[in-house]
Amino acid sequence: MGLKLNRGQILMTETTTLDVPVSQGDEDKYLLKLGPQHPATHGVLRVDIELDGETIIDCDPQVGYLHRGFEKLAEHRTYAQNIVLTDRLDYIAAMANNVGYCEAVEKLLAIDVPDRAKYLRVMVCEMSRLTGHLLWLATHALDIGAMTVFLYAFRERETLLELFAELCGSRLTTTYTRLGGVRQDVTHELMRKLEKFVDEFPACIEEYETLIDTNRIWLKRTIGVGTISGEKAVDLCLTGASLRGSGVDYDVRKHMPYAAYDKLDFEIPLGETGDTYARYRCRMEEMRQSNFILRQCIEQLPPGPIVGDDAPDLVMPAKPGRKVEVDTPARKALIKLIDDRDVYMEGDVYVATEVPKGELGFYFISDGMGRPYRMHIRSPSFIHIGALATMGKGVMVADLIAIIGTLDVVLGECDR
Amino acid sequence: MEPIRIAEKLQEQFQGAVLGIVEHRGQISVLVDRDVIFDIISFLRNDYKMNHLNCLCGVDNLKRVASHHERFEVVYQLYSIENRTSLRIKAQVPESDPSVDSITSLWTGANWLERETYDLVGIKFNNHPNLKRVLTPDDWEGHPLRKEYPLRGDTEWAGLIELKKKAIQLQQFDFHGAQTEQGADSDD
Repeated sequence: MGLKLNRGQILMTETTTLDVPVSQGDEDKYLLKLGPQHPATHGVLRVDIELDGETIIDCDPQVGYLHRGFEKLAEHRTYAQNIVLTDRLDYIAAMANNVGYCEAVEKLLAIDVPDRAKYLRVMVCEMSRLTGHLLWLATHALDIGAMTVFLYAFRERETLLELFAELCGSRLTTTYTRLGGVRQDVTHELMRKLEKFVDEFPACIEEYETLIDTNRIWLKRTIGVGTISGEKAVDLCLTGASLRGSGVDYDVRKHMPYAAYDKLDFEIPLGETGDTYARYRCRMEEMRQSNFILRQCIEQLPPGPIVGDDAPDLVMPAKPGRKVEVDTPARKALIKLIDDRDVYMEGDVYVATEVPKGELGFYFISDGMGRPYRMHIRSPSFIHIGALATMGKGVMVADLIAIIGTLDVVLGECDR
Repeated sequence: MEPIRIAEKLQEQFQGAVLGIVEHRGQISVLVDRDVIFDIISFLRNDYKMNHLNCLCGVDNLKRVASHHERFEVVYQLYSIENRTSLRIKAQVPESDPSVDSITSLWTGANWLERETYDLVGIKFNNHPNLKRVLTPDDWEGHPLRKEYPLRGDTEWAGLIELKKKAIQLQQFDFHGAQTEQGADSDD
């Protein structure tokens, strides 16, 4: 007989065991499994919550539905081949992951990047920060009940994704960076379009703000919700706007500058109260700063090559060289890369970059082979969902949704 | 204070427990004995204000040719937000007893990182409040990031067979149950 594996149905049985009383004596306590297909969980996140009425007593997030074993997989591919895996981490802002990965490998293998490529990296990083924050704003507002913001935010996000498509041929899975540079140079037309976007964007941010900034429902749903002190946020290992909303001045772009961030002028917005509204304000200001950085990139973009001379194995060969025969130098180099132990220097590095969600770190160990011996991804979303277990205790169910939104998680990055 | 000075200070403070100091691309790692890991980390946290835990992960040293001491390593990457210095601590964990002390009492955020290390590398953390698998299912066998674990196995995960059985059971509730079954047959 034909087996019809209807995934939705199977998983529904998990979510439909909704009202299971926890103990016989206490009729008010319930165990609720929120997710993994709940629209407000931003992916396949399941949160097992124990309820007393509408108050959460215990909160236990369950992840791993999207675990694809990137860390294991990376040990079996060359450094250059792994770039495509990083697109699938935070698929909302793939460019930032590409940059983070390449910065780490370049540090490990001591590869120099030309100036122009550094500026282009900053440019795509900030564009992806805008796409990430716009999607966060859209879905976070939608979760809390402000539908219109979603439509406005996606309008600008679409423009940015179109620019990505023009730059590297893909909207989401970009694979734009190469070890030692970037894949493709920008065209004049693209820069003109970007400049137009940069000119128009501040007005768009003001538009979002008129919608929700002083909206009475928005204020009631965000002020005083999910409050964490600066000390507690550091204790929970939070990073990104979730940490800065509590007033802790930690941004990898300032603390450990990478690419061309040390040559650019920008500020790190900090919140004071540490609640959902403060984090919302932080991210809105960050968008303004990103826009400011983009403008500087357009003005200062230096001429020159986009890939360094000592970049290994990574640039697409020029057209006549593309038909690879068995004993071409390129092929030989690849075999050498995979098998030999004396390709690169031994050692380990940890390099962090600031992605829209927080601090994305790559820890690499090289044992001399052309493949990483061990790659660990410090993904901000994983740690933020871990923090949800603490932050979700003692709040109402509706506030839990707001907290998931404000922590800004994406499950592709969490589960790796 | 420079990271190398802190490393030297550690060597002074914990004599015999520091097994070596390694530098690569300007980053300092300190190899330490696992018995004093909690003391070392709380010393760095309190005396050198290393208050941000960047990264915690486990490493399997099985196939590394040089510069390793024991089978496993737990790597702690610490950063001081105030002083802007970072230091990497590597606890050496023997194969016979893969366990280290948990640092969840220093950082609540270390909870999930240690669970992940336990899940993927199989290192146990003493005094951990909730040490269970996080990324793989609870009934998963083996620890995927160990070097002897294959990239691709030859059997299915046992839970999948159960899920398939469940799917067949659930077909009776399908609105178009009869039709879809026919459709599936004709596809074959």
